[in-house]
Amino acid sequence: MRRIKIIEEKIFVFLSAFMTYSLILVLLFIIGVIFVKGFNALNPDMVLKTPRGGYYYGGEGGVLNAIAGSLYIAIGATLIAIFIGLPAALYINVQLIRHRKTQNTIRYFLDALWGIPSIVYGAFGFTLMLFFGMNASLLAGIITVALLISPIMVRTFDEVLSTIPRGLHEASLALGSTRTETAFKVIFRQGFPGFITAVLLSFGRGIGDAASVLFTAGYTDNVPVNLDEPAATLPLAIFFQLGSPIPEVRERAFASAVILTFIILLLSFAARYLAKKYSRTNLR
Amino acid sequence: MQQSFFSLVFSADWAPSEGRFGFRPYITGSLYVTLLSFLFTLPVCLLSAIYLTRFSPQWLIRIMHPVIDVLAGLPSVIYGVWGILIVVPVVAGTIAPALGTSSSGYSILSGGIVLAIMCIPYILNMLIEVFRTVPAGLIEASLSLGATRWESVKHVVIRGNYPGIISAYGLGIAKAFGETIAVMMVVGNVVKVSGNPFDAAYPLPALIANNYGEMLSIPMYDSALMFAAFLLLIIILIFNMIFRYLIHKTKKQ
Repeated sequence: MRRIKIIEEKIFVFLSAFMTYSLILVLLFIIGVIFVKGFNALNPDMVLKTPRGGYYYGGEGGVLNAIAGSLYIAIGATLIAIFIGLPAALYINVQLIRHRKTQNTIRYFLDALWGIPSIVYGAFGFTLMLFFGMNASLLAGIITVALLISPIMVRTFDEVLSTIPRGLHEASLALGSTRTETAFKVIFRQGFPGFITAVLLSFGRGIGDAASVLFTAGYTDNVPVNLDEPAATLPLAIFFQLGSPIPEVRERAFASAVILTFIILLLSFAARYLAKKYSRTNLR
Repeated sequence: MQQSFFSLVFSADWAPSEGRFGFRPYITGSLYVTLLSFLFTLPVCLLSAIYLTRFSPQWLIRIMHPVIDVLAGLPSVIYGVWGILIVVPVVAGTIAPALGTSSSGYSILSGGIVLAIMCIPYILNMLIEVFRTVPAGLIEASLSLGATRWESVKHVVIRGNYPGIISAYGLGIAKAFGETIAVMMVVGNVVKVSGNPFDAAYPLPALIANNYGEMLSIPMYDSALMFAAFLLLIIILIFNMIFRYLIHKTKKQ
């Protein structure tokens, strides 16, 4: 009886170790496949040029239009989300500190918002766009993506703020500062590493999301200059180029995928490094 | 022309230009892909979460954190590209012939595999959080009664956390159900109701994403697509509301 138990344990520990290690392998495999496939077609032109005539038949050019469009949309949306999210997260953790129930209800609804798929945000943004009589444009894309990433920003920042000890809050109030001063000068500074993580996470989500900008941002071969011009985005560029029957264009889709993966990896490492760097000066 | 709610949801008659909208192929397509991905994630996430919280060396946990973060942060279009490069040829060239059928590779099975890989980091993260809430005393009590470590896991960690585990998977399912681009790239997008995982399907999000261009040119088509978005929203919102509530409750204990 005892032996059977031990054998059972050995089998299951082996199985679960196998699953865990294979997850690391899967990640390396995905990134490896993308990089190996994409490096053939990756050249400076891809990053530095917009599509020229005949680009979609294998002619020369690059995806600068999509890189610029993606960055514009992600930066714009992140700015709007900071504008909404920063005060919201501080409000939840400073003004509402004595109302546990309200805090939890707000968190609950934000989590539900986080769970809504981006295609629904896209459809919503599209309806909003039609309602205001706008065309597919940079502005519409920015607004839709901002709606998508605001809950992410608030919840990620809030998660860090909620771990700040209450004593710090009380100490600040005891020194005679108002709640707003406490929020911006004490709590925000203490939660700054979390703020950076939240910003970079939302930025990454915004730059990588395809379904929400599919209806709203449109697609163009030029780098957008005004807010009312359509804008191309990197995920859509990958998607459209992959749908082409011409091998060279498909190769370029893989190269664009390398660019996008590289941006995401960079953001992820930057978030880790910066959060560590700024939390060194924190009070503990 | 108007259709009743039931004929919209249960009819398989899809002819937008004649004003007939039956969503059954899309709904079954979505459900089938999601179900398959759930079957794939079920053992992987549960076992790795147990390993990471109970058995693993400390250095592995330190490595797994960035791995989970990066996997969760990769855009869905990247998973789609990977699916087209690897999963589709493998399904078409290896799995389908091994089971004695043929497939183009753009199939429900490929969609399920890609979705599963996408959902694993998300579910795993929540499961690890849930398992961390188990008090060490409970495990120690079980060990001191002579149970092996695996038995303690089975009877204390898993048995005591049913709500948390179910919620983690419920939220994962909700995420899989609304996933658009990655699935759309590998699932084939053919309108039909089929039980064969090697056939192509057409999930709801793909329907919305593929047809936005022509939706204003056919009468009622835009309403139909918005109805699809509405169905997605309601189903996912209900899932989220129920399981978030359960998870909030587990965390409070």
